[in-house]
Amino acid sequence: MISSHTEPLTFSTIAPNAGLKAALSMKRSDLIAEITNSQLKGRGGAGFPTGVKWNLAAAAQADRKFVVCNADEGEPGTFKDRVILTEHADLVFEGMTIGGYAIGAKEGIVYLRAEYTYLRKHLEQVLADRRAKGLLGKNVCGHDGFDFDIHIHMGAGAYICGEETALIESLEGHRGEPRNRPPFPVDTGFLGRPTIVNNVETFAWVTAILVKGSQWFKSHGTARSTGFKIFSVSGDCDKPGIYEFPMGITVSTLLEAVGGLGAKAVQIGGASGHCVPAAEFERTIAYEDVATGGSIMVFGPDRDMLRVAHNFLEFFVEESCGQCTPCRDGNPKILECIEMLDHGVCSSKYLQEICELGETMQVSSKCGLGQSSPNAFLSIVKHFRNELMGRGL
Amino acid sequence: MSDINQLDDKTRAPVSQRPHRIEAGGEGIGANITVTIDGQDVKVPMGTTILEAAEKIGIRIPTLCHHKDLCVAGVCRICSVQVDGMRTLQAACAYPISQPMKIHTHTKKVRQARRHILDLMLSNHYGECYTCGRNGNCELQSLAQEYGVDFFRFGKMEEPIFEIDRSSHSVIRDMNKCIMCRRCVRTCIDLQEVGCLEAIGRGDETEIGTFMDKPLADVICINCGQCINRCPTGALRANDPTDDVWRAIDDPKKHVVIQTAPAPRAAIGECFGLEPGVPMTFEMNTALRMAGFDKVFDTNFTADLTIIEEGTELLLRLKQALVDKKGPVFLPQFTSCSPGWIKYIEHFYPDMLDNLSSAKSPQQMFGAVIKTYYAQLHNIDPKDIVTVALMPCSAKKFECNRPEMMDSGFKDVDYGLTTRELAKMLKEAGIDLPRMAKSDFDDPFGTATGSGVIFGATGGVMEAALRTVIELVVGIKVENLFDHANIMPVRGFEGIKYVELTIPDVGPVPDILKGLFDSWDFLKGVTVKVAVVHGTGNAKKVLDNIKAGGKFAECHFIEFMACPGGCLGGGGQPIPTTPEIRAARAKAIYAEDEAYEIRKSHENPAVLELYTKFLTEGPCGHKSHKLLHTHYTPRGKYIA
Ligand SMILES: Cc1cc2nc3c(=O)[nH]c(=O)nc-3n(C[C@H](O)[C@H](O)[C@H](O)COP(=O)(O)O)c2cc1C
Ligand code: SF4
Ligand code: SF4
Ligand code: SF4
Ligand code: SF4
Ligand code: FES
Repeated sequence: MISSHTEPLTFSTIAPNAGLKAALSMKRSDLIAEITNSQLKGRGGAGFPTGVKWNLAAAAQADRKFVVCNADEGEPGTFKDRVILTEHADLVFEGMTIGGYAIGAKEGIVYLRAEYTYLRKHLEQVLADRRAKGLLGKNVCGHDGFDFDIHIHMGAGAYICGEETALIESLEGHRGEPRNRPPFPVDTGFLGRPTIVNNVETFAWVTAILVKGSQWFKSHGTARSTGFKIFSVSGDCDKPGIYEFPMGITVSTLLEAVGGLGAKAVQIGGASGHCVPAAEFERTIAYEDVATGGSIMVFGPDRDMLRVAHNFLEFFVEESCGQCTPCRDGNPKILECIEMLDHGVCSSKYLQEICELGETMQVSSKCGLGQSSPNAFLSIVKHFRNELMGRGL
Repeated sequence: MSDINQLDDKTRAPVSQRPHRIEAGGEGIGANITVTIDGQDVKVPMGTTILEAAEKIGIRIPTLCHHKDLCVAGVCRICSVQVDGMRTLQAACAYPISQPMKIHTHTKKVRQARRHILDLMLSNHYGECYTCGRNGNCELQSLAQEYGVDFFRFGKMEEPIFEIDRSSHSVIRDMNKCIMCRRCVRTCIDLQEVGCLEAIGRGDETEIGTFMDKPLADVICINCGQCINRCPTGALRANDPTDDVWRAIDDPKKHVVIQTAPAPRAAIGECFGLEPGVPMTFEMNTALRMAGFDKVFDTNFTADLTIIEEGTELLLRLKQALVDKKGPVFLPQFTSCSPGWIKYIEHFYPDMLDNLSSAKSPQQMFGAVIKTYYAQLHNIDPKDIVTVALMPCSAKKFECNRPEMMDSGFKDVDYGLTTRELAKMLKEAGIDLPRMAKSDFDDPFGTATGSGVIFGATGGVMEAALRTVIELVVGIKVENLFDHANIMPVRGFEGIKYVELTIPDVGPVPDILKGLFDSWDFLKGVTVKVAVVHGTGNAKKVLDNIKAGGKFAECHFIEFMACPGGCLGGGGQPIPTTPEIRAARAKAIYAEDEAYEIRKSHENPAVLELYTKFLTEGPCGHKSHKLLHTHYTPRGKYIA
């Protein structure tokens, strides 16, 4: 089902458990050094270097530590984690086990999106098989003194629970609301213990890197965005679906591959990402240019960009956790402004005020949701201003 | 008390609302960090917040959701500051310093963000300052002024959208004025361990609500009013009876008497621009008469009476346990003067109500005494007497409306008035309290004792009780055991205090108790174990410890106060409240105690006279049981 740009598809070429065995034969510090050297960055969106995160958690002293797999996949237009879990669950669990070994954790938790409940049976079966084979449980793979097991926790059904600290709150049975940071989860995470939270895809790449080596991974992508990435492509194109590309490809290359040439704009990074207009299709998809957790939405020539912005903002007005002022009260103001634009009653001056409010939200919101919710609107205003003004007359 | 605090760390507060701090690293290398704020260097221990560091060098950063009594929330974002090398602004109140950094508190970005945040709050706030109880003492209003807000950038709320919840006798909630700072939520959960307020809903529908959105009167609210004292706006306020009190004063047929509790006088000056900690006791007597009250009485009279009744009850329970040894004995005995505490135990530990002293609170005792003894003495028909109680407390409003509080045949106390409400009445009458001449309380209750006064601070009831029990039982002057009769171990703001006192020798049984006891021999050599607890959050720890058979189960007597700091931190006291303000009020209270000639409850001549003239069967006798004692309602915490 994964249609791949690189033949053969990377995840299908990884020999089962070779990565785990390689990891267990290494010293913990060398293992983390290998991940660090690959320069793998988190595939959940924020792009934090995985090696750095693991190193911090490994260095923290505590009676218990945790490995959490973020399978909450709630970003509109993202469905790659679902596919990875369906087809390559072993790689993910293997990556989590490697993570447990690396940081000294015994417990792994998969935080599974409520809408993916149907996957649970399959995942439990994979876990049971792994236990039966000695790949989970006591002395994993016969490695003396390394115990590790994984259980599945069902998500609470809110987008915000994908944010790692809200996810931890939710795991603890509280209302899913982001925490203040610092301290970070690597220091004070689940139950106040050091915790690494990584995306489903990140764990799968960890496994791949241990099999094929960090040099291999680094030889793909760009200098600052190494390796490959799985994309969920949707919208106005001929071949929507899941794709694997090296990091750093241009938007136009991607559009060509998915049959989306002639698009008017592409939303990269889901509702919280940026809207790239046709004039900028030579930009690259990479952490240093346009970053994404994997969602690509193609907007054809007939799309009404104001409606696009409206849909996104409606989403955020509802999905904000309601904790901090800029996000809780700011998103409705942007939505209101979009409606005013639609009715042709928004002055350029007020539009300017709202854009400035958007900038305030980007810097003063408590978490990534409010910090990124104005992105789409701001980029649509920037690139499609003519399309927005003078309506409703 | 560190052992119990660690033992029992099962706080229900969501982790996001608990403090997340990096612990300060002692004195070693790296324990102190130098940061630069607006170009000024300041050295602080690791884990200090940016806000605290700025305060240290006199740089003001505005705050709203932050409160010194509460754990960090970091939700309003008004305290945003810029840090070199960071893309986003940081919430100064929530950012623990762990490395050197350069901080800027008023860059363009910061000013714009603060203005926007304020504008957003104002756009969702039903601002009608003229008619708002917090006009002139509102953190939102003063920030709007500080930032020169002169128009509603993002519009304003034209019509209220929430119905005001007036169901409670104590606390009124007007969510049209709520700015979602969640101080009330943190107060109710973290400080008080009640948890009847919580953020519900998501996104723009988020609101502060109760269980199933029920009226406050129908949930497990204990009426402590601590949330009111920490609300930055007029969203929470006490149920204000001043119109009714004026009506009574204005009615020539009514004889309006007011009793004043010890804590308000230590704080009311704050409403008149005085520093915290300037007592206004005798100025207030003059002011109250000027305002039109017919008599001004001192609640300390019944505080002293409480000590006699409750102390006798304790001695009876001890005798039952040590001598009679029959029937169930309910020890430790719990104090019963804090109505917030009473409602707390009724909801959360209904199986422990037998441990409560059956003695009414001083407020309710006084109400009953006024409408019986005083009415007879002065030949006034009790139906024409209106009793007002000046209290530091919002729960007193609920207490005086309890259906069982009608033992005089009438409503014993008609109105509970808070310190804030009295200040308002005096201002309305043009009375500048600090400039009033001093005058005494009215007879026949006169000026009470120092023991009554200290009821206003945590540990006060215990100290008063110990002074009396020591003298009545041991038969020696307290001064021989404690300098100036100041029993220091039970004083101070530690959440839970535990004290042991061995009774070395016993004296003769004093006349007043002769009907109940033959001798004190059973107490000889007994080590009396007592504890003092304030804040229902601490009460929970102690009650759980008792249930688990811990060391507090061994106690004989425990003082519980619902409010942090005791009554001086009550829910009806002037706003704001901070640990420093409460400490200043406590100082005023202890200073007043020292100034009294008579400092022990059992030496109060008016109390002794009451027992000879009216309660002739003595303490815990039939009549005092009818008038001065009560019973409790097991409520449970599950609401229908
Ligand atoms: C509002 C919000 C929602 C998020 N949702 C997800 C999600 O569904 N899945 C995910 O992996 N990361 C999500 N993240 C990112 C996580 O907070 C976190 O950065 C990530 O799980 C870290 O893993 P990584 O480093 O492997 O990417 C979200 C972040 C925000 C602010
Ligand atoms: S930015 Fe939005 S989602 Fe994040 S904490 Fe604030 S209100 Fe909640
Ligand atoms: S809460 Fe403050 S700003 Fe709002 S109406 Fe009252 S005084 Fe005015
Ligand atoms: S009065 Fe006390 S119990 Fe009631 S809501 Fe306020 S803090 Fe909670
Ligand atoms: S009611 Fe008051 S304290 Fe509670 S959230 Fe609203 S403004 Fe804050
Ligand atoms: S005061 Fe710091 S976020 Fe509210």
